[in-house]
Amino acid sequence: MHIVVCMKQVPDSAQIRVHPVTNTIMRQGVPTIINPYDLFALEEALRLRDRLGGEVTVLTMGPPMAEESLRKALTFGADRAVLLTDRAFAGSDTLATSFALAAALNKISQEFGEPPIVFTGKQTIDGDTAQVGPGIAKRLGLNQLTYVARIADLDPAAGTITVERRAEGGLQVLQTRLPVLITMLEGVNEIRRGSLDDAYRAARAQVVRWSAADAGITELARCGLKGSPTIVKKVFAPQGRAEKVRQVPTADRSADELAIDVIAAIFRTQPPLEDDLLRFAAGQ
Amino acid sequence: MSDAPPNAPKPPAAGRAGTKRELPERFKAYRHVWVAIECEHGVVHPVSLELLGEGRKLADKRGVDLAGVVLAGDSLTAAQTAAAAFEHGADLVYTVTAPILAHYRNETYTRAMTDLVNAHQPEILLLGATNLGRDLAGSVATTLQTGLTADCTELAIDDEGSLAATRPTFGGSLLCTILTLNYRPQMATVRPRVMAMPAREPGRWGRIVEHPLDLSEEDVVTKVLRFIADRESDKAQLAYADIVVAGGLGLRSAENFQLVRALAEVLGGDYGGSRPLVQKGWITADRQIGQTGKTIRPKLYIAAGISGAIQHRVGVEGADTIVAINTDPNAPIFDFAHLGVVADAIELLPALTRAFQAHLSVNRLAG
Ligand SMILES: Cc1cc2nc3c(=O)[nH]c(=O)nc-3n(C[C@H](O)[C@H](O)[C@H](O)COP(=O)(O)OP(=O)(O)OC[C@H]3O[C@@H](n4cnc5c(N)ncnc54)[C@H](O)[C@@H]3O)c2cc1C
Ligand SMILES: Nc1ncnc2c1ncn2[C@@H]1O[C@H](COP(=O)(O)O)[C@@H](O)[C@H]1O
Repeated sequence: MHIVVCMKQVPDSAQIRVHPVTNTIMRQGVPTIINPYDLFALEEALRLRDRLGGEVTVLTMGPPMAEESLRKALTFGADRAVLLTDRAFAGSDTLATSFALAAALNKISQEFGEPPIVFTGKQTIDGDTAQVGPGIAKRLGLNQLTYVARIADLDPAAGTITVERRAEGGLQVLQTRLPVLITMLEGVNEIRRGSLDDAYRAARAQVVRWSAADAGITELARCGLKGSPTIVKKVFAPQGRAEKVRQVPTADRSADELAIDVIAAIFRTQPPLEDDLLRFAAGQ
Repeated sequence: MSDAPPNAPKPPAAGRAGTKRELPERFKAYRHVWVAIECEHGVVHPVSLELLGEGRKLADKRGVDLAGVVLAGDSLTAAQTAAAAFEHGADLVYTVTAPILAHYRNETYTRAMTDLVNAHQPEILLLGATNLGRDLAGSVATTLQTGLTADCTELAIDDEGSLAATRPTFGGSLLCTILTLNYRPQMATVRPRVMAMPAREPGRWGRIVEHPLDLSEEDVVTKVLRFIADRESDKAQLAYADIVVAGGLGLRSAENFQLVRALAEVLGGDYGGSRPLVQKGWITADRQIGQTGKTIRPKLYIAAGISGAIQHRVGVEGADTIVAINTDPNAPIFDFAHLGVVADAIELLPALTRAFQAHLSVNRLAG
């Protein structure tokens, strides 16, 4: 079975700093990583391949340097990597991103065989929209399974799949027909350590590199900034609170004395809270 | 694989989308503000009511109506959900009632919602950023080929009448304001507890517009086999708790985290933590507070051994009173806490538990 995993290279946002004076992002030297949520999708895909045979293709749209994260995915054991890269994609919002990825997926189908399952992560840590997956599904007419916690059953011959999907207040057990798009929930597996063989293979592997034209995209107006209905009007830093913190004095107080001071300070700040708590205590 | 979702509009004429303010002719009739009212298993999700509060302000600013959208499996659920929408500010409610809508499915809900939008043409459509809302919003926006801004923290109408949707960006270090200029509806999702709950006006009522759904179960590929409800004890009520006590890496061990739980219990509150604790396995993911966890709006938030990184801050800023306990007087949490205590949380937490216990029992006896 052929499985495609969409992954994005993202800046390690834990290491992004905002310039204290100009309030602009200091991007220089920020290392990039594979979007952490996408690793759960990749691991799930690799497990299915190990169990059922077939191939895993990883697909990224991004600048040329995104090849790095594709190579990383090959070291984990992916079989093929496709980089969709073109100036025309710069400034894509989620709609333009899912348009371009859908086109690349069509091309992947033609070149390497139609994938019954396309995976994405739950969301990216730089975009955070969780929309690219549903966008791809809708464009390609794939049945959409988001927030999947577990693949309970997969029958490629019958063309059916059953999954447990995280919903409000519980898990929905859903059965649908292949082909599907799955967005994988976080924390449901752990990415493997690649084997030495995979590392060798990854070092020598050729990453497939497609431009917009290579992926068969003729409508450039639907890509990048042009194809994005949303525009960023402004970017700004969150405002500090005007009111200053009130420190509870701690000098020469034991923990127990301090606790009494803290409680008094809380009730002084918000008197109704004391009544709420007494009512709760009385109800016990 | 093909590229023609049903219900899609004609592709827009080539041109620089988003750079012109002039709305294409076909969108000029789009008016009114809509809020999707999420109802699963007979319960209206509070985020939908919070959105009605916000939607009311947008509608008033635009001088248009506020409508709730109710997709329901039966007419009783539809009526009850509509009533909740009216009581929280809706002028009218669009309902689509059909047995195949009893459980959420992407296919059926996307179809019902896009049908409604195409028929009644709203200028703004808001959804809760729940699992359901995000799943639905992404499909609806792609089908309609319009813009969608996810996880907004602020919604406003700008000088030219467009929806200005503000959301965190760059891992929460900055905020950005996003516009959808020449497409309609302008769509946005907002996470639970980010907006305040509007006051309920019992008995408030409005007009109901019923819309048919031309779709039968045989047409729907995806089947709901079962629903496995979370165990009551697993259901973290964190987002809606009045009192939340949380711990961070400053607690140093999973054992010490029990001090947080003990205090929460005495206060009848809930507990949570910063993201590293989830990564370390001290708490489960549904207990994480912050940008990639839960947003909370309690009356009292006690943060022990949490530095107050921006990603944590955005999840707790709506709390009425924030008490920070941290050994480092320069910790960023003191930039947004109301009360600060520069102290060792490992000692102060049990002392607080004892002191609260004593305070509550003494006053109860006195009362
Ligand atoms: C994309 C992204 C999303 C994120 N989302 C979230 C999120 O949703 N929620 C979240 O919380 N984080 C999130 N983070 C992580 C965030 O950036 C911080 O790393 C994290 O909040 C820090 O956790 P902490 O405060 O527990 O630990 P630290 O930053 O290590 O702080 C520990 C604090 O404890 C204090 N301390 C030490 N000993 C004691 C003691 N004995 N008593 C009292 N205080 C003590 C220290 O002075 C310090 O301030 C996210 C990061 C990224 C990149
Ligand atoms: N540029 C991209 N290239 C490949 N996959 C992507 C890209 N952007 C988003 N995705 C996929 O879509 C998911 C959701 O992204 P987002 O909508 O940005 O939160 C991610 O977890 C990825 O799997």
